[in-house]
Amino acid sequence: MIEKLPILSLLIWLPILGGMLVIFGPGQKHLRLSHWLSLLAAVVTFGLSLWALSEFDTSRYYFQFSEDRSWISSLGVRYSLGVDGISLPLIVLTSLMTMIVIVASWNNIKRRSSHYLAAFLVMCGLMNGVFAATDSILFYVFWEAMLIPMFLIIGIWGGDNRIYATLKFFIYTFFGSVFLLIALIYLGKQANSFNISVIQQMVIDLDTQKLIFFAFLIAFAVKVPMWPVHTWLPDAHVQAPTGGSVILAAIMLKMGTYGFVRFMLPIVPDASMVMADFMIVLSLIAVVYIGFVALAQKDMKKLIAYSSIAHMGFVTLGLFISFALLADKQVDAAIMAIQGGLVQMISHGFISGALFLCIGVLYDRLHSRNISDYGGVVNVMPRFAMFFMLFAMANSGLPGTSGFIGEFFVIVASLQTSFWIALLAGTTLVLAAAYTLWMFKRVIFGDVANEKVAALRDLKMREYLVMAVLAILVLLLGLFPGPLLEVMRTSVEHLIDCNLISKLSAEGMCS
Amino acid sequence: MNDSINFSLITSEIFILCAICFIMIVDLFQRDKERNLTYALTQLTLIILFFIEYNHINNESVIAFSGHWIVDKLSTVLKLSIYLITFISILYARPFISHRNMMRGEYYLLTLFAVSGMMIMVSANSFLTVYLGLELLSLSLYTLVALQRDSKLASESAVKFFVMGGLASGFLLYGISLIYGISGSVIIADVAQNYLTNDIDLVSQFGLVFIVIGIAFKFGAVPFHMWLPDIYHGSPSSVTAFIASVPKIAAFGMTMRLLVGAFPLFVQDWTNMILVIALLSIIFGNLVAVSQSNLKRLLAYSAIAHIGYFLLGIVPATDASYSASMYYIIVYAFMTVAGFGIVIFMSVENKEYQEISDLRGLGRYHPWYALMFTVVMASLAGIPPFIGFWPKLEIFRHLISNGMIIEATIAIAFSVIGLFYYLKVIKEMYFEDATQSPEISSSRSLKIAISINCLLLILFGLMPDSIYHYCLDAFGVLA
Repeated sequence: MIEKLPILSLLIWLPILGGMLVIFGPGQKHLRLSHWLSLLAAVVTFGLSLWALSEFDTSRYYFQFSEDRSWISSLGVRYSLGVDGISLPLIVLTSLMTMIVIVASWNNIKRRSSHYLAAFLVMCGLMNGVFAATDSILFYVFWEAMLIPMFLIIGIWGGDNRIYATLKFFIYTFFGSVFLLIALIYLGKQANSFNISVIQQMVIDLDTQKLIFFAFLIAFAVKVPMWPVHTWLPDAHVQAPTGGSVILAAIMLKMGTYGFVRFMLPIVPDASMVMADFMIVLSLIAVVYIGFVALAQKDMKKLIAYSSIAHMGFVTLGLFISFALLADKQVDAAIMAIQGGLVQMISHGFISGALFLCIGVLYDRLHSRNISDYGGVVNVMPRFAMFFMLFAMANSGLPGTSGFIGEFFVIVASLQTSFWIALLAGTTLVLAAAYTLWMFKRVIFGDVANEKVAALRDLKMREYLVMAVLAILVLLLGLFPGPLLEVMRTSVEHLIDCNLISKLSAEGMCS
Repeated sequence: MNDSINFSLITSEIFILCAICFIMIVDLFQRDKERNLTYALTQLTLIILFFIEYNHINNESVIAFSGHWIVDKLSTVLKLSIYLITFISILYARPFISHRNMMRGEYYLLTLFAVSGMMIMVSANSFLTVYLGLELLSLSLYTLVALQRDSKLASESAVKFFVMGGLASGFLLYGISLIYGISGSVIIADVAQNYLTNDIDLVSQFGLVFIVIGIAFKFGAVPFHMWLPDIYHGSPSSVTAFIASVPKIAAFGMTMRLLVGAFPLFVQDWTNMILVIALLSIIFGNLVAVSQSNLKRLLAYSAIAHIGYFLLGIVPATDASYSASMYYIIVYAFMTVAGFGIVIFMSVENKEYQEISDLRGLGRYHPWYALMFTVVMASLAGIPPFIGFWPKLEIFRHLISNGMIIEATIAIAFSVIGLFYYLKVIKEMYFEDATQSPEISSSRSLKIAISINCLLLILFGLMPDSIYHYCLDAFGVLA
């Protein structure tokens, strides 16, 4: 009986319906009830995702908890869902971060707060849909639909320049995804099915692969975002309300790299192989150049936004360095590189989310994001300073925190192919430490800068709880990455063994 | 079979004519200023027509009346959607016209006349019948636009509409006369037959150009679009809601009958012409719409762009792509009637709120209607999962599978520009601060109608097959 439960559908529709219920049920009239209802929906969703994690069979690579229903029969589009070791951790992350955001913005939003929480619930469902869809058109539907709540969140609850930022965000990502749509239609037509697994087994010649590669690249690179299409992110982050920034950094950016893993690498491996150097260069530019850009920021949110771009550069580096490794037949190192990228995705979800929450805590009290407005915060908010320090350290990749694992894996793997790539990638350890800790120093340490800082109050119980959960997770993942790697291992091995082999002919393809 | 005079094939046409005469007489003796009875009878007529037509939905294709008349699945499905969307537009119209000194029986009667013209258009199997239907439709529409006699803008639009419409009809008729001169027949099947035995000559191609121009004029596709924004803007909003939506469906039927029916051997010629027209419409419509500040004009330019997408679906010239086009036009009519429904909804008793900035504050004071309008805009922009996405997807799918990837890429890239102006409307509703609540219509029927219309956009978006199934069936490509 319990095996028959459509758990993925529940993970998608429960938060969406919960959000709708909050808007049209108690709404603004009964604020307290709306808040508790939102929290309930988020907690149940998170509980379901944990249950899925516990039921997940890590020894199998194929999609689990599969659901497959006829949806649009005249188009051949099916409502098919499934998760593997790559997507399941992301679903858990999504559900967790939504819950955290709801707790964190409990009383902080003054205007239409019930709608605010409901928007996050709806978005949580749609994002789970992106990770769970195994039909490419269904994936696209969730992928696009997800933009609407984020558009509204930034546009309604954002900062002064929110309209510019949210339009830029929407149009940038929409522009990227239309090329994704063309590629998906083309592939669906060729494969006679929109199912991702079927498309992954298709023979495509190299020229076509290259075109599809660029279509995917435009779509996913905007989302990651990779240099040079990253410019929407600092704007969106700075203008977004705290919760919006958290979800944007923790989950939305992961969609781009998830797209790489789910679509680009398995469907066009030969083109990816040819273009791997190009992608590695783009990733290194993100890591190094954007690292320097982050160093120059005066606005805390902008700084963390740039640091996100740099860290996501690590993920793409890990994914594409694996091709260079495969070319040298270093399969183990390739697995390590991809795993490093995936772990980095999860860990960056925790860390960037936590950092944005920290900035949110300061912003709620002082209504400023400028580094120069702060100083000596440790004197008035010692508990806050402790958490902030942990997350800052994690962001700079301190061993023992989750930030270390992914970066370490990727750097070790790249060392197997080229010393210089590893060296350039390694500069992040210096740069990230420089920009994060320098910001930390200016904000937290020193004498109390002004009267406003002196009047700051330390963390409330609710904030303390949120920070503590994230801190535990960051440390846990840093000290015991084993379980997460175990969940991912079979899927990653399958990706390397079956999906990344040449698609130029049917020879040697796994069925 | 061709010569048979089978009155059962024109039941709905006979019925609507009788109904019109009956309602006209009833209306004469009505004292009620609100014309409730006329209104009720009109809507009842449409409902009955819907059920009459629905019974025929599985009939095979029949040609009758000396080959001038055809009843097939295409005509049935198109007629059904014409009734449905006319019904919605009349729902929207009632509160609007009652506040504007337009509450006269003629409004409903002219709408019914227009409907009967459209019924003739989609069932026509000869050039003459097509033209007859087209003129019946056009004359009713000219009068509808002019109905608001004390408005300068409406009178101006009516004259413009009349002149431009007359010009378009002239083009069409000239093309038809050339074709008639060559082939010696006005019956569509005979014309097509004629070219099987005779060579394709320059005069026929010349005639075809005029027919395509006539069609493009009626649709308002670039470069024959100049009349469209002015008339959408100048007409009373409820009339705009009608002329922007339903006649497009009939015009689709006319296009199918004329181009596909009569000129299957000229596919290369007319697809090339339509491709250029379609791409120009997409580019021009989307670019110009960006700078509009009036909601009606914005929707007018977006209509030009949408017509471009719809015409693009005809270009691959396969049955499957025609059904995608048909799907597009029906869905478009459905969305656009909702779009102008918004304009009507924002028009209170004596004042028109047509500027986009008039929507300011809607999200704060009327969240439900703001959500509904967001659905309409997202749907028009083609964002999944709303219904506007699916026909676009289908059109692109057919373009790509027929090797027209570059055309598809241009069209899709411009839909991103299109997105911008739809977002501008959403932005105005939610993001701009407003000090006071925007005024909205107080009519309860209008509130319910617009909510249902918008909810259907979501529902059909989640179950796109429900409409598409019929479109595929109409062209016999149902798997």
